[in-house]
Amino acid sequence: MRFHLKIWRQAGPDVAGRMVDYDVENVPGEASFLEMLDVLNETLVARDEPAIAFDHDCREGICGTCGVMINGRAHGSLRGVTTCQLHMRSFADGDTIWIEPWRADAFPVVCDLVVDRSALDRIVQAGGYTSVHTGTAPEANSIPVPRHAAERAFDAAACIGCGACVATCKNASAMLFVAAKVSHLALLPQGRVEARDRVRTMIARMEQEGFGGCSNTAACSAECPRDISMEHIARLNWESIKARITSGS
Amino acid sequence: MDTIAQKILMALTGLFLCLFLVVHLVGNLPLLMPLPAAQLRFNAYSEALSHNPLIRLASLVTLASVLVHTLVSLVLTRRNRSARSVRYAVARPAETSPWYARRMGLLGTILLLFLLVHMRTFWWEYKFGEVGVDAAGRRDLYGVVVAAFQAEWYTALYVLCMGALGYHLLHGVASASRTLGLHHRRYGRWLEGLGITFAVGVSAGFAVLPVFVYIMRG
Repeated sequence: MRFHLKIWRQAGPDVAGRMVDYDVENVPGEASFLEMLDVLNETLVARDEPAIAFDHDCREGICGTCGVMINGRAHGSLRGVTTCQLHMRSFADGDTIWIEPWRADAFPVVCDLVVDRSALDRIVQAGGYTSVHTGTAPEANSIPVPRHAAERAFDAAACIGCGACVATCKNASAMLFVAAKVSHLALLPQGRVEARDRVRTMIARMEQEGFGGCSNTAACSAECPRDISMEHIARLNWESIKARITSGS
Repeated sequence: MDTIAQKILMALTGLFLCLFLVVHLVGNLPLLMPLPAAQLRFNAYSEALSHNPLIRLASLVTLASVLVHTLVSLVLTRRNRSARSVRYAVARPAETSPWYARRMGLLGTILLLFLLVHMRTFWWEYKFGEVGVDAAGRRDLYGVVVAAFQAEWYTALYVLCMGALGYHLLHGVASASRTLGLHHRRYGRWLEGLGITFAVGVSAGFAVLPVFVYIMRG
């Protein structure tokens, strides 16, 4: 297959970037989107041009490292997958494809398609953990967890922190990410103990990082490769309201 | 104040305004009665409202809600815009969210302008204008209403603005309930349905009034 690509090139964080046109040929339909970029990069390196920088790691859709805006859609228009799990057979031969980095002021561009998502790490560092060492898995009956709570918590914990929610949100809001992190701990007895402080510190950090507010458009959930539900945003809001109207320990 | 606190304010003021809409719609239903009851009942209702201290208080809370809802939305919009200073070259937001969820500011602006026109036509006239009296000797707001909706363009403007109200409520009620943390696996769908019914019912109800007056009292 052959494609006409329009790719954002930016040599560094402080220099101006622009969309550059590339043609790539001999791409097998089984190639993933990242492999298609690999093919292009090989031709660029052979021509002594700088390769296009993009983030990737596992290429199995589980690590959350990859992620670019493809034709105006986070991870492309295929539902429930990351960029590495999008295959070129999803496109038509000869298609023009626009490739841009995640756009949010909280995610500054490092180089080309690579953005700095450490703002998400700092939100987790602000409280997305339990401070008590919980040890190895306890005897199953010693901490009862209702099945539905375990399922909800696991759904939330499936968030891989790729940042597609922020990238697609019209406000560049990180609410779905924070909601997933708060929700998965708030639903379990081990996380319940610090739930009140956690939601406060994580929201405070989210605000400090310069993300926008939530407009409940649900674009984040529609674009999430892990299908994180909007119900977690409702739970985040509920936890936040509870933390505001109750006194601390 | 963080964005979540601002959203809570948006939700609470918005829901109070929803309550206002219901009361306002029910209060205007006498317009649909046969003559001369429509005129007498509507004018009696208007007079009762303007002399009730509770209503005066409620109208102040309503005004405050409109102001807070508007001002907080401006603060939020400013922040939301500044969160992405470099825009995408290609964006296809229509594939992931409905247009009215992304255009609440535009819909709200239409409603605010509508409110100004609406207040000028009825509230201002009733308070300060030259208004006749009905058979019971009350100031004839009914006559003002009938006169206003004799113009096609004015009636059409109302119907269009009620369309904007419907879409604003469609997203607003759902958004407010999520902002207030309401969610339930079983009752969530029921709540969603209630929000849609409310949005369609209230906007359609308000749109019917001018059309009815235009056609039946012409």
